[in-house]
Amino acid sequence: MSDWIEIGSLDEIPRQGARVVKTGSGNIGIFRTLDDEVFALRDHCPHKGGPLSQGIVHGARVTCPLHNWNIELATGQAVAPDEGCAARFETKVEGGTVYLQLSGD
Amino acid sequence: MKEKLVLIGNGMAGVRTLEELLKLAPDAYDITVFGAEPHVNYNRILLSPVLAGEKTISDIVLNDREWYASNGITLHTGKKVVDVNRARREVIAEDGTIAPYDRLLIATGSTPFIIPVPGHELEGVIGFRDIQDVDTMLDAAKHGRHAVVIGGGLLGLEAANGLQIQGMDVTVVHLMDTLMERQLDPESGRMLQKSLEEKGLKFLMATQTEAILGKEHVEAVRFKDGPEIPADIVVMAAGIRPNIELGKKIGLHCERGIVVNDTMQTFDPRVYAVGECVQHRGMTYGLVAPLFEQAKVCANHLARYGIGRYAGSVTSTKLKVTGVDLFSAGDFVGDADSEEIVLKDASLGVYKKILLKENKIQGAVMYGDTVDGAWYFQLMRDGTDVSGFRDSLMFGQAHLGDSGHGGQNAAATMGDEMEVCGCNGVCKGEIVKAITTKGLFTIEEVRAHTKASASCGSCTGLVEQILASTVGDYSATPKKKALCGCCEYTHDEVRKGIVEHRLTSHQAVREFFEWETPDGCASCRPALNFYLLAAWPREFQDDPQSRFINERAHANIQKDGTYSVVPRMWGGITTPHELRAIADVADKYAVKTVKVTGGQRIDLFGIKKEDLPDVWADLNAAGMVSGHAYGKSLRTVKTCVGSEWCRFGTQDSTGLGIQLEQMTWGSWTPHKFKMAVSGCPRNCAEATIKDFGVVCVDSGYELHVGGNGGIHVRATDLLARVATEEEAKEYCGAFMQLYREEGHYLERTAPWIERVGLNYVRERIVDDGEGRKSLYQRFLESQAVFQYDPWAKEVAASDRRRAYFPIKQVG
Repeated sequence: MSDWIEIGSLDEIPRQGARVVKTGSGNIGIFRTLDDEVFALRDHCPHKGGPLSQGIVHGARVTCPLHNWNIELATGQAVAPDEGCAARFETKVEGGTVYLQLSGD
Repeated sequence: MKEKLVLIGNGMAGVRTLEELLKLAPDAYDITVFGAEPHVNYNRILLSPVLAGEKTISDIVLNDREWYASNGITLHTGKKVVDVNRARREVIAEDGTIAPYDRLLIATGSTPFIIPVPGHELEGVIGFRDIQDVDTMLDAAKHGRHAVVIGGGLLGLEAANGLQIQGMDVTVVHLMDTLMERQLDPESGRMLQKSLEEKGLKFLMATQTEAILGKEHVEAVRFKDGPEIPADIVVMAAGIRPNIELGKKIGLHCERGIVVNDTMQTFDPRVYAVGECVQHRGMTYGLVAPLFEQAKVCANHLARYGIGRYAGSVTSTKLKVTGVDLFSAGDFVGDADSEEIVLKDASLGVYKKILLKENKIQGAVMYGDTVDGAWYFQLMRDGTDVSGFRDSLMFGQAHLGDSGHGGQNAAATMGDEMEVCGCNGVCKGEIVKAITTKGLFTIEEVRAHTKASASCGSCTGLVEQILASTVGDYSATPKKKALCGCCEYTHDEVRKGIVEHRLTSHQAVREFFEWETPDGCASCRPALNFYLLAAWPREFQDDPQSRFINERAHANIQKDGTYSVVPRMWGGITTPHELRAIADVADKYAVKTVKVTGGQRIDLFGIKKEDLPDVWADLNAAGMVSGHAYGKSLRTVKTCVGSEWCRFGTQDSTGLGIQLEQMTWGSWTPHKFKMAVSGCPRNCAEATIKDFGVVCVDSGYELHVGGNGGIHVRATDLLARVATEEEAKEYCGAFMQLYREEGHYLERTAPWIERVGLNYVRERIVDDGEGRKSLYQRFLESQAVFQYDPWAKEVAASDRRRAYFPIKQVG
């Protein structure tokens, strides 16, 4: 189990929006839904690698800005009938601060 | 304890309802299905190709036993339901099986109408309805020679065609003097008969059957006035009747069918009915699309979502006889007020008739060339005013405008490897495979599974044709196109509601129109954002999170996630000073490509998101503002040099272009909006393929609207001629405002004008001077709010700059 990494304040991520965490092995999108749930996905659409963090967040999904694939934020799975998966990462929010765990699955 | 749902009738409509229900509420019911046939659910429409030997029974199975098992459905095949005790809520089958229910769904379909002539009960006299009938016909073809088909309608001709392919000598007997009189006018009916005769079928027209002769098995058929012909099999295809035997017996209110309301409920609230057995608003249906629409509504109510009403269907017909191309939809007979457009070329075997009433298509019959059937059908369903292109209507969609991507071949003649959807690279074979293996029936399903026609949509007609020729029967229900999957309402209804009920926020709209999702989807959010700001420029608080990334980042996202930046160049005029600043930006931020655009601007590619504010600051410092090359907004005004330099120039086209751009920049529109001003009719600025184009002439200015250089090239329509620049600007502002107020989000001016008709636009802009002035005034009022440089605003807001950077760098 790897450690929780402090990302920043929840306020810095817009509601129904996302911010990017840069890592040595590519970007991770940190998404915040309307009801303040926070999710993290590899910022790479399973379709053609579009930056999911730049998409429109609705419900617990994000729509890729390149070709409109819908991705479930909780699982990283593409919404049927599209097929594919973006790696997901664990997140938690404590005292208004967002934390991320880098061991993706 | 789960509630129990029993389905009587294992056919297409009933099982489709279950499929829809399982999608919505997979665990709502314990489901039991009774089917009178010994088979699983199969595609009844494709029995004709099975009879013709083009498909096998296993090809047309829709759901195998595994599907029933994996969805926990108890399936009783070969068990006819003979009674229902509605008081005890029990279904009783012929073999004594009893199944209790909380909700009952009846989908008993229809039965062939057997004409009660003497001998109709002999062996070898059958209808054409199920697999057993097909088996009987195939068997007859092995042992006998002569087949008689009674009925020259769709079903009869398909049966006759199949029997003939199986080697029989087939005579079609028809009471009327032309074939398929319910779908074809006499002209096309005779053409059909001729081509079927060439294939070897025989016809006895205007002939009444008097008796079927034989001891146990049929031997011959005798007609009124005496003559007889030999027959080893007689297929009765004189129509179908809703199968209401059970419905009547158990006391449900029936007329021609089991009567249902708009939620597919019978007079017993626990009992629903769908498919061919029902009668809805006085209509019964025998085609697949209406049944599926009913299934969707019924499933919604069974799942207790309580929304969705079935409002009836418009249907079209296509005959599934290989080598005969035939299409018919709507009313093609007409009355005193209707007008016909007819094209007939007997030696090519082409006949087309379009029936119009008040410039709207009422019906169409096509024979030999049915490429545009789907298009006419759509125009008919949508009630499109065709006056603007009536002169070329007959020549099809490809002839709309000047040229473009429209020239398609008939779907049936295409090879499997031919590309249908150029955007997503989908070939015909893939579409056909998806339709057959996944059991798809609607254009939406094909789009979802294959992506064909999911991007630009220009191949929609072709995909619909492939669907029609693969599924065999394709008819869409009238499109009341909902804004998106989140709501029930159309673009127009939502727009109207926003204005009439003073809805000034996303939340207010979603609550008022009972959105099914808490915060919409990627389709409706940008649409609502636009509708709100167009209706309430001052009151509405713009929501960046509801805008597509390009409008949020004020730059165009590229495939690698970087952005491209286009500064505004008024009327396409620039200076050495601006060019130096652009060159400096390109050096400083390592711009990978510098490209001159079609709209006379310079595009800088490969800029990282975090560099955007600095790039903008540098461009602002040189006096340049955002070019809005990323927005559903005024893009560019392209000009030629005009009278200032050109020896042919009649007016100052560059000067007018700059004025128009300075008036309209920063305005949001339903889709991108492009303009051009040409200095003379040579039209070097290509103004006649723009949303608003000005062609200068010696006496003033020609104003053209609704052009498009995209998927379907569409030349503009001439809106008006005016004498002064001031008038040109007023017309321009008024036209943009009308489009802003009434266009659907993501609808360019070209399809908008085709939808509402050029006459309408002329009435509002040209004929109604007061109206034009007030539209122009509203445009200027809105510009007072929205005409600002978003780049400068972002650069000035130092607290916003962080948003362009990663929130954190790890490792």
